[in-house]
This record gives sequence, C-alpha cells and structure tokens, in this order.
Amino acid sequence: MAGKPKSNFELILNGLFNENPIFRLALSMCPAVGISTTLMNGFLLGLAVLFVQVASSCTISLLKNYIHPKIRIPTYTLVIATWVTVIDLSLSAFFPTAYKAMGIFIRLIVTFSIILMRLEVFAAKNPLIPSFWDGIGMGLGFMFGMMTLGFIRELLGAGALFGHQVLPVKPLLFFILPVAGFFCVGFMMAVYNYVEFLFKKAKEKKMRG
Amino acid sequence: MVRYKSLAIFVLITLFITVSNVWASAGSFIKKASFLKKDKIIIFFAGPVDKKIVEDIDNYYVYESTDPDIPLKIKGASLSEDGKTLILTFTEELNQHSPHVVVIKKLVSAGRNLGVASFTVRKSYAGFLFSILIGAMLVHNFVFTKYLGLCVFFGTSKRKATAIGMGITFTIVMVCSAMISWFLYNYVLKPLNLQFFQVVIFIGIVSLIVQAVDIILRKINPFLFKAFGIYLMLVLANCVILAVPLLIVVNGYNAIEAFVFSLGAGLGYFLALFLMSSVREKLELANVPPSYQGLSIAFITAGLFGLAFMGFSGMSIF
Repeated sequence: MAGKPKSNFELILNGLFNENPIFRLALSMCPAVGISTTLMNGFLLGLAVLFVQVASSCTISLLKNYIHPKIRIPTYTLVIATWVTVIDLSLSAFFPTAYKAMGIFIRLIVTFSIILMRLEVFAAKNPLIPSFWDGIGMGLGFMFGMMTLGFIRELLGAGALFGHQVLPVKPLLFFILPVAGFFCVGFMMAVYNYVEFLFKKAKEKKMRG
Repeated sequence: MVRYKSLAIFVLITLFITVSNVWASAGSFIKKASFLKKDKIIIFFAGPVDKKIVEDIDNYYVYESTDPDIPLKIKGASLSEDGKTLILTFTEELNQHSPHVVVIKKLVSAGRNLGVASFTVRKSYAGFLFSILIGAMLVHNFVFTKYLGLCVFFGTSKRKATAIGMGITFTIVMVCSAMISWFLYNYVLKPLNLQFFQVVIFIGIVSLIVQAVDIILRKINPFLFKAFGIYLMLVLANCVILAVPLLIVVNGYNAIEAFVFSLGAGLGYFLALFLMSSVREKLELANVPPSYQGLSIAFITAGLFGLAFMGFSGMSIF
C-alpha cells in the first residue's frame, strides 16, 4: 500500500487475486472448509460476508476519529456483531431454507478474521470511499473463493450445479464429504501458488529481455 | 402391664406389615431399571410377577419427563424365565439423554395385587457429563469435525511451544467467557426477551474479557504476559469462542453441563493444536513439491486428521 493510493478498480482486483482472503491470506477458512459443499451455499454466505464487510468498513471509517485506540478491537467487534445480527435476522426471515442449511455459520461471521483484519489494516486509516471499495473487493474475493470451492465440490461430488444435475455420473463422491473441504482448499492454494510461480517466471524473462 | 406389652407388640407388628405392604406395592418392588441398547428399557423386580398381565403392552404408559402428553409406543414386553426381569422394546429409538417415566398400571406378584407402579429411568448424571466432555473433545472435535477456528489453528500450529501457549490461553478464556455468557443469557437476556441480542452480547463479553486480561496481566505479571500475551488477541478471531456459547444455548445446557462442554471444547482445541504442530515440525524436514509448501500441505494434513477423526463419529459412551 506504499506509494500512491490505489484506484477503486485496483482495490477490487487486489481483493480478488493478490490478496484473496481464502487462498492468499488464508483467513476465514472455517466456512471455506465447512459449508462450501454446494455452489448455492458459497454464493449466499459470500453475499452475507460482502454485506457485513462493506457495512462495517464504512461504519468504522466514519467513526475512526471517535474511537479510543486502546479499546478499538472490542469496538470493531461490536460493530461487526451489530451488522451480523442485522443480516442474521433478515436471512432467517426471507430465506429460511438456506438459513437452515448454513446453520450456525451466519452468526459466526462475527469471528471471521478477514473482516476484523480489513478494519484494522484499511478502514481505520482510510476515508470512506476507498474503504467502501476495499470492502467490496474483499467481499467479492471471499465470494469468489467460496464459489470456486462450491463449484468444484458440487460438480465432482454430486455431478450437479446449483442443485441441477449436469453430469450423468458422480465422479468423486468423496468431495461431498465435509472433510474433503480441507483437501480442496489445499489443492486450490497449490494452484494459486503455481500460477504465481508462472507469473514470476514470465516477469523474469521480460526483465532479461 | 403384660397386657399393654402384648398390645404394643401387636400394634407394632400390624404397623410393620402395613408399611412393608405399602412399600412393596409401589416403588420398592422394582429393584432397578435402566436403558438397554438404543430402544429398550430393562426392569428388575424383587420377586416373580404375573406373566400374563406384565406382558400386555397396554399395561404401560411411558413418556419423556419433559413432555408427559406424548406416550412412547411399545413394540413388545418380554419377561424372563424366572419372572424377575422384564425388557420393554420400543418402536423408535429412545432419547437417552432425558429421563423417562414408566408407569405400570397393574402389577401382580404371587397372586397379590401391588397396584400402580411408577418410576423414572435415567442415565447416571456423572456418565452424562463425561459423555458431554468426550463428545466436545473427540467425537465432535471443533477443529477436525466441525471445521471451526481454523484461521488461528493454522496460524499457531507451526511450533509445539506456540501450540501449547495458545491451547492453554484459549482453554482458560473459553471456560470463563462461556460461563459468563451462560449466566447473562439465562438471567438477563431470557427474562427480558432479548434473545436476538445474543451474538452482540456473547462476542462483547469475549472481547471485554480479552481486553481486561490483557491490561491486568501486563501490569501484574509481565513474565506471564510475555509468554501468553500475543495469543490473547488471536482468541478473539477464533470462531470456536463464539460457537460454544451459541451451541450451549441451542442444546439448553445447565451451568454444570455448560462448564463441562466449554472445558471439553477448549481441551479438544488444545489436542488438535498439539497433534498438528507435532506433524508440522516433522513436515519441515520432508521433501514437499514447491507449490504445495507452507499452508497448502498443512491443509492436506488437516484433511487426513479429519478423516481419522471421522472414526469417532457415532461413538457414544454410557
């Protein structure tokens, strides 16, 4: 973040790839392993996190001058908890079936370290507009990660997407097991590492001319 | 004088017979009753009972003590050869965590009508507490079977020393915050109908405890602070710390059960951290493909642990 401030577009891209919350920063792993069994789950939880992240980033960047630095962490947590209660109650009212499938995870958004970390690192030091875009970028990055995992696991495990059967067979039933989340995240991280490795190589080639 | 004596003896004997009769007619004739397997209750009688009456399934009314209006369906009742042991089989599995009340409408032993007998069947409470502890620690281990608290788990399981420090800090904060949350939920939120506030209150308590311990420890015992201070803030970003009070509310535990449950959760987390750190110390010397190095291989290791922990599922003690 040194040097000139990033543009809004760069902030979003940063969240999606360079600092992807799931695969690069390795934060908020619990939902990524626990409930990324279907694409729909990934999408809905991603949406909830996006909302909470943007709302609390904006709140904190507006209130940052009034928060005593010694009690900032409890304050951040309470702000997040308030927004989580909002989304918890609205989801249980409007999408009761999906809410049941995600169980306790919606309430546990409070403790997803990605939100707290973004507030501490970014929103507490930046004005409203960049904080908003950073929130959007991180939320989208999280959603992207969750949906990628959901896509792989639902396609391989059940041969379906969004609950519709697309493959005639179930290629790897293992992936629908909750434990497979660990393996899936591990493989995806390796893929990210490999892509980064390729980029580095290409850059070196360019430098050499 | 002699007349009085004989009268007194007569009265005493009649009293004794009546009292023993009353005892025999009600509870004392049933020596012991307990759960057997998943769908059976076994009852031991003091003496042989009449087979015809006892084996009639309309003779029983069995219900869970929490809802007396719903009778449980009985498939069959079979008496043993000596007429002293009875096994009741139910059509559905029994929820053995809650006490069951059995009412026998008519009981006849050796031609003597003993009337109605009613008694409660329950598991021993210590056993129940122990099963909560083991359940939270191994069967439903928060890391490997519930997939919670992973961010901190992977962050602090690189070294054994770090893992132990984090495990101890976490267990202590866990138990304190769960007990305070339990108290506040049952005596403040519930009477005021403010249950929807639970997330804010629970996480608020945790963050206040963490902050308070941080400040106090820094002043009182700098040595201890140096050892455990860095883990305190990490506790706050751990899903388990919030999941435990929420699960205690969902399961409706009382104070002792809540204490045992949170202790089990803390110890289970400690165990998971210790296991993982032991493996990761060894992994550093292993030859891992470059793109799998670091967190990637750690996740796959955790997956293998998770598969192993699946072996505990379905296990029940007592």
